[in-house]
Formats: sequence, C-alpha cells, structure tokens
Amino acid sequence: MSTRTTALHATAHQLAATGASEHRTLIISLFSVFVAATLGITVWAGRQTKDATDFYAGGRSFTGFQNGLAISGDYMSAASFLGIAGAISLYGYDGFLYSIGFLVAWLVALLLVAEPLRNSGRFTMADVLAHRLRQRPVRTAAGTSTIVVSIFYLLAQMVGAGALVALLLGATGEGSRRWIIGLVGLVMVLYVTIGGMKGTTWVQIVKAVLLIAGTLLITILVLNKFDWNLSTLLGRAAESSGKGKAFLEPGLQYGKDGTSKLNFVSLGLALVLGTAGLPHILIRFYTVPTARAARKSVNWAIGIIGAFYLMTIALGFGAAALVGPKAITASNESGNTAAPLLAQEVGGGAGSTGGAVLLAVISAVAFATILAVVAGLTLASSASFAHDLWANVIRKGKTNEKEEILTAKVAAVVIGAVSIVLGIYAHKLNAAALVALAFAVAASANLPTILYSLFWKRFTTRGALWSIYGGLVSSVTLVILSPVVSGNPKALFPGMSFDYFPLGNPGLVSIPLGFALGWLGSLLSQPAPDQRQKYAELEVRSLTGYGAH
Amino acid sequence: MDSEEAVEAAPTASQGPAEPVRPAIPVQPERFTQAQESPEFGDLRRAHRSFAFPLTVAFIAWYLLYVLLSNYAAGFMDATVVGNINVALVFGLAQFLTTFLIAWWYSRHAAAKIDPKAEAVRASMEAAE
Repeated sequence: MSTRTTALHATAHQLAATGASEHRTLIISLFSVFVAATLGITVWAGRQTKDATDFYAGGRSFTGFQNGLAISGDYMSAASFLGIAGAISLYGYDGFLYSIGFLVAWLVALLLVAEPLRNSGRFTMADVLAHRLRQRPVRTAAGTSTIVVSIFYLLAQMVGAGALVALLLGATGEGSRRWIIGLVGLVMVLYVTIGGMKGTTWVQIVKAVLLIAGTLLITILVLNKFDWNLSTLLGRAAESSGKGKAFLEPGLQYGKDGTSKLNFVSLGLALVLGTAGLPHILIRFYTVPTARAARKSVNWAIGIIGAFYLMTIALGFGAAALVGPKAITASNESGNTAAPLLAQEVGGGAGSTGGAVLLAVISAVAFATILAVVAGLTLASSASFAHDLWANVIRKGKTNEKEEILTAKVAAVVIGAVSIVLGIYAHKLNAAALVALAFAVAASANLPTILYSLFWKRFTTRGALWSIYGGLVSSVTLVILSPVVSGNPKALFPGMSFDYFPLGNPGLVSIPLGFALGWLGSLLSQPAPDQRQKYAELEVRSLTGYGAH
Repeated sequence: MDSEEAVEAAPTASQGPAEPVRPAIPVQPERFTQAQESPEFGDLRRAHRSFAFPLTVAFIAWYLLYVLLSNYAAGFMDATVVGNINVALVFGLAQFLTTFLIAWWYSRHAAAKIDPKAEAVRASMEAAE
C-alpha cells in the first residue's frame, strides 16, 4: 500500500546473497500449508453459501470482532507490511508519515460512512446511491469507478507479488515470476468463486491473525535487544543509518524541495480521504447484521491496524539499527526486504536455524497477505459488475439471484485472468503509482458522492455523475501527465516527456474537484419531482436501520 | 396508519431485482417523509450531525496540521523532548492516540445518544406497519 513497492520489481536481486534461497523449501512448505488450509476453509464456506446474501455479504453473519479482523486483513497489504518497514529503515521518520494517514482515515469511515451504509445498502456502494438517484446512470458510474479502483489496486498487488517472489525465493527468472503471478491469480479466483464473501472473510481473518502474530514476535525480539528502551533503539538506528539525527526528523524523503513537499500534502489528503471510498472496504460493512456491529468492527479495525502500524516503527528502526542500510539496499534498493532480513537477524542471524525459520515464517506471512488482499479486491469488483452493471443496468432488473451469482463468478474469473495477464506484462508499471492512484480515485470519485448522497438534501443525479466521472477522469489524467509516467529516468516512459503536472499524486487537485463538481452539478440541475421523498426514505433508513437488509 | 395500503404498495426501484424471498418491506413514501419530519427524527439527526460533523472537521484539521508542520516547521518538529525522542515522534504518536480516543469517544456518544433515538424511531415505524 505504499510507494515503497515501487522498485519491488526493479531490483529482483535475490535475497540469495543473504541466504533466502537456501530456505526456499521451508518458505514454500509454510506457504503451501497456508494455501491448503485456506482452500479447505473456502470449500467449507462454499457449502454454506446458498443465496446472494451469503455470496456477497457472507450471510451478514459475522460478529463485529470477526469483521474487524477481516477489515484489517483486507487493509494491511504486503506493501504496508514490507513497504512501510522498508521505508522507515531507509528514510527514517518519513517512512512513518505514511502509516498515520492510513490510520486516521478510518475515522472518516467510522463517523460518517460505515453505519449509514450498512443500514441503507445491500451488497455494493451503488446500492446506497440508487436509493435516491436515477438508478441506471448512477449504478453505471459507481460500478465503473469501483472496477477501476479495484483493478489498479489489484494490479499493484500482482506486480508486488511477482517481485516479492523474486526477492524472497531467489527466483529471478522471468518464467518463475509468471508462474507465481498465475498461481496467485488462480488461488484468489478459487477463494472468491468457491467461498464467496464467507470464504474470503475467513481467509482475511486467518491472514490478519498471522500477520499480527508475526509482527508482534519480531517487535518483541527487537525491543528486547534494546532493553525495551525506544530512545536507545532510535539512537542506534540513527547511528547505523549514517545520517545521524536527520534520520529521526521529517524531511529525508519528502523535504527535498517545494514540489516534493506539496506532493506530500497531496498524498496525505488522498490517504486520509481515500479509505472510506475504497469499494473492497465498503462492502465489508455488509457482512455484519447491524449498524452497531459495523461500528464495532471499525473500532476493532482501528485498534488492530493502529497497533500494527505502531509495531512497524520498531520493525523499521530495528532493521535500520540491526541490519543496516547497506545490507538492506544490497538486497532491495527500496527496502522491501527489510522486515524479512530483520526477522533473520533477530532469529540468530544468517546461517542460524532460528534465523532461517523466522525468515521463512515472515516471508510466508507476506505471501498470505497478498493472497488475502487480492481476493478481497476480486470479490468487490466482481460483485459490483454482477450486481450493479449486469443485473440492474444491462438486464434492467430482469434477472434472478442464481443468474446474478453466476455472473459474479464469471466476472471473478475474467477479472482474475485480466489481472494475471496485466500482472505478467505490466510488471514494469510503478506499483506505487497504481496504489496512490487507487486511493486518489476513491477519494475523488467515490467519497464525495457517498457523503452527498447520505447527508445533502439537494444532491442530484447530475451532481453524482459529474462528481464520479469528473473525479475519475481528472485523477487518472493528472497521473498520466505526472512525473510518474514520463519525463525522468524512473518514469514509466522514461524516453518521453509530457509531464505537465508536477505532483506524483493528483489528490490535491482531483479531490476538491470531485467535491466541487458534485455540488455544481446538483445546483445546475432540477431535482427530480420525487427527490424529497426519496431522500426522506434514504435518510430515515440510513439513520434508523428501518427495513435494513 | 392505513396499513393495508402500506402492505400493498409496490416495492420502490431502489430495492434490487434479485430480492430474496422475504416479506416485502411496506414502502409508502409518505411514511418516510412523515418520519423524517417528526421531532424525534430531528433529535436523532442532530445527535449524529452535531457530534460527527465538527469532530470530522477537527480531526482532519489536526491531521493536516501535522502534515504541514512535518513539511514546513522543521525547527519545531526537530526539537528534542527526551533522549533521542523529538517533537515529531511525539506528534506522530499523538495522532495515533487521538485516533483511538476519537473512535472511543464517538462510540460512547453513539451508544448513549444516537442508538436509543434510532431505535425509538424505528420501533414507532415498525409498530405502524
């Protein structure tokens, strides 16, 4: 989930130098156990999946705590585990800035979105909009942005998965990278088509528990080495980084010049406003029986995700202090392998059994993390395709539940196939740009419409369409015109230069634009004659839970 | 209320086509308008909005303040608090703390002030069915 995935692929220099490939068998065995166990759970969940509510919303039968774990599993991607720890280990304090935006963002979901969404929707984000706006155009728009956001996010994870394999297994060949991407795609499609939301949720719960346990173990081992004194740990990290006090201060990464500072503000805005518009997060609120359980699940998620990000401080600075920047960049220049390297170090060092076991465990956890996240994304996008675009727009509501679920399964297979192909051929794409784009699109295209629909009486269909399409087009266009895509050696097309927009993240422009267009489009159109009644229905349902599904 | 009409009323467009077999929720537009205009619902809306809206503005401002200080107030953020711990780290950890506190505070408010009102309005609507 962080820009640190950027060069996951760039330096597919094996961890072999540090001993990972020797432990390949152990890593693969642990990972196979995870895949076998989760597929078992998936088959079991599939047997209990009877109708659309089971398939899309896990029968709405999960508790707040279970869903809180699943939300955490959906949200903490490999990039935030490996990426943030890596960024801290190389850039010190600036790596930590990321996690704060990712966490604070949950308050938007808690205070404004989770409960009304649970009360008034059924399966997708568009359900809420369709209550009061013209159903077919808004479902088309919301379905499109859901699929765009999910595909970008999915692609970033696939690119990351391929690179991670190269890094952790020492499989540097093009062939093995393709095989792994294909395998990840296949397993995620199996999770979704067989297990539906029930299966996917349990996969995320298992993954969240493993990730937290693994991170906690390493954190304890690190802190123990420094007598549980944070100041000592920081001092040693600063010393070992070669950058001294500056390592503990903001600015090493984002403080270069005025543009990079502005870019950081833009990124910060996209992070804090993007989460509550991410489709795969929003549909998780439908898996619990009531709005109160939705609130409880966000509270658990805030606690779990917050604790996790706090531990990444120990991981990142611990890696800087104990492994050192030289060994970290030798393995991967963006620091993505800092956490596994640290695990090896605190386990007893390279060549020791303890080190080998811990390295294997942490690597397997990282794989599990990728699988769970891509499954959630595939489910969100195929659900939106089947429920919004197919059933309500293309078939105009003349379909039955069986056909809709079948469509969702076919869509999951197609989306899986598309992301396997894209993941294989687009591995030169910048994963950071993809994830940042997903957050920026979610914040610019989805969040304004969700908030206006729930809370603004005067909002109209035209406002929604302007906001969704305007936010979508502006954020994608600005990224294409940014230095991420062209104009410098690190860009996607280094040979060309059409980088007219100076910021890597479009949020600073596209988010206010999305809100402004929603407002303007509404004021420039006549509310439908039944607008007042429709809004009354949505508002009453969303606040009271009356007639909730 | 004229419950017969309510039961017979056609489901609205917003109820998806693949509605599982369940008793149709009686949807009669005026009911929602009436409920929305009731003083009880006004209280409920106020209990949510007057708490959630200002608090959202506040925590986003507090977060942006942190982002801006990290960017543009190096002297302040780099000052030592104790040992190797500087203001920037304390400020960052404070963001975690405030996030936890706001989540707890909102949930307490919701349980005490919002949930009972929501249940009362819902119960009165269900009773009228």
